Amino acid sequence: MFFRTSRPWQARESQVTPKGLFLNRRKIIASGGALALSGLAACEAETASQPSGGAASGSRPTSGALDYRGTAYDVADTQTPYPAVTGYNNFYEFGVGKDDPARYADAMTTDPWSIEVEGHAGRTGRFALEDVVDFSNLEERIYRLRCVEAWSMVIPWIGVPLAQVLAAFEPTSDARYVQFETKLDHDEMRGTRFRVLDWPYVEGLRMDEAMNELAFLAVGLYGEVLPNQNGAPVRLVVPWKYGYKSIKSIVKIRFVSEQPETSWNRSAPREYGFYSNVNPNRAHPRWSQASERVIGGNVFARRDTEMFNGYAEQVAHMYAGMDLIENH
Amino acid sequence: MARNPVLRTFSRHIMKPLAFWLLALPGLWLGWQWALLLSGQPHDLGFNPIETTHRFLGDAAIRILLVSLAVTPVRDLTRWGPIMMIRRRIGLAAFWYALLHILAYLGLDLFLAAGMSVSGALAGLWRDVAERIYITLGMTAFVLLIPLAMTSFNRVQRWLGGRRWQGLHRLAYPIAILAVFHHGFMVKGNQLGPWIHGGILAVLLGYRVFGMIARTRSQASAKAS
Repeated sequence: MFFRTSRPWQARESQVTPKGLFLNRRKIIASGGALALSGLAACEAETASQPSGGAASGSRPTSGALDYRGTAYDVADTQTPYPAVTGYNNFYEFGVGKDDPARYADAMTTDPWSIEVEGHAGRTGRFALEDVVDFSNLEERIYRLRCVEAWSMVIPWIGVPLAQVLAAFEPTSDARYVQFETKLDHDEMRGTRFRVLDWPYVEGLRMDEAMNELAFLAVGLYGEVLPNQNGAPVRLVVPWKYGYKSIKSIVKIRFVSEQPETSWNRSAPREYGFYSNVNPNRAHPRWSQASERVIGGNVFARRDTEMFNGYAEQVAHMYAGMDLIENH
Repeated sequence: MARNPVLRTFSRHIMKPLAFWLLALPGLWLGWQWALLLSGQPHDLGFNPIETTHRFLGDAAIRILLVSLAVTPVRDLTRWGPIMMIRRRIGLAAFWYALLHILAYLGLDLFLAAGMSVSGALAGLWRDVAERIYITLGMTAFVLLIPLAMTSFNRVQRWLGGRRWQGLHRLAYPIAILAVFHHGFMVKGNQLGPWIHGGILAVLLGYRVFGMIARTRSQASAKAS
């Protein structure tokens, strides 16, 4: 099954447009420009004039509605209802029950929020979130989310492309991977008092994966600021990988040259690989990944799991020649 | 059976029915919640009712099994013999919840995943038992529960003879161990739940082992003197 709607203009967009131009086109949409060519020039000028590091608008809403624009990133399936998206979560820092995050994540302070940037990059140090993410330039992307536990959702995220954020830190050629770290505060995160995992939670991507057009840094969902249980105030969204790769409440970004440690891989390497690409052909040692339960609709609804969660077109080329069973 | 008529009346009309309804309560609650769900009303099964059902029935089976193992120690500690009259009922309830747990897995997961095919569901179950260690353990626990449930009737008990019956029903301990490992190997990461079940089981098992050692010792010293 194809994840995109069959409208012809959508297919054309990612097939024909070169990536650089494609990213800029997001901005054309922002300016509301139907006159693409003149808009493009304006955008390039705008990009160059920014000192990098996002727009540093210096303000961000901490609750309520966000300003954003729509994009072509959409899927054919119905969106998972808001109560399910915000009431059924895996965020073990707040407990292992699916309703624990919704119940306890309010205790987490998300304002102020800063991100520490380390490693092989030109600009390192501590940055306020509003200087990392340009809140005046947000977009919506409707992505499928496939949890390793064989259930799935469809979520309208609000945020910015990860590539745009990472590029602003000017990673050097030694930065072959990027590692992310979740906040750790035993007082605010009651689940961390028991060692379910080796806290703090860490995740990572290969640099080309991080720079892929689909990799997204979300600050909201359903048009509003992210609820804490969904990883406020800023989280990763990598829709072609199992959900646990999409690390929540990020406080550190490290540019590294070696493949970094990731929490679930450290906990059970046989079960959770570094790549963790959604792959119906590679069963989790304890359960099949061939199909998934659809959350939020008909209780009995299941769908067949797709390779790369249906995003093969955008990501498969990064793994050409790799054994994806071995490198699971 | 109690010889004291008052106790017999108490057991038959109060203790046993009370135990029955208490043990049936989780199942009735679950059935009620599914009835609400299927009739489109608000329910307490959460956003993944099938997952909730599996966890709920599995937890019920393990916990009730642990309660059945606690009956004898409670009798020893309180010296209140009549409690033994509900032990069978508790043990059987554990069996029924385990059976429901497997039927729910077959019906709500494997049957649907196999495109509504019964043979596909059974093939799926067999594949899971063969390939997935936590299901192997859980299924072994259930299979071992079957002879216990089948020998729970008075008549079979008499036919087997007390000693043999007791020997067979000691299987409840390995079954509980298997069930706790089934749970522990199922969850992701290092979760507290299986540790709590395992801790309670270790205490119960320790009590029995300690009792056995103490008995052998006292017998040995009695012989020596």
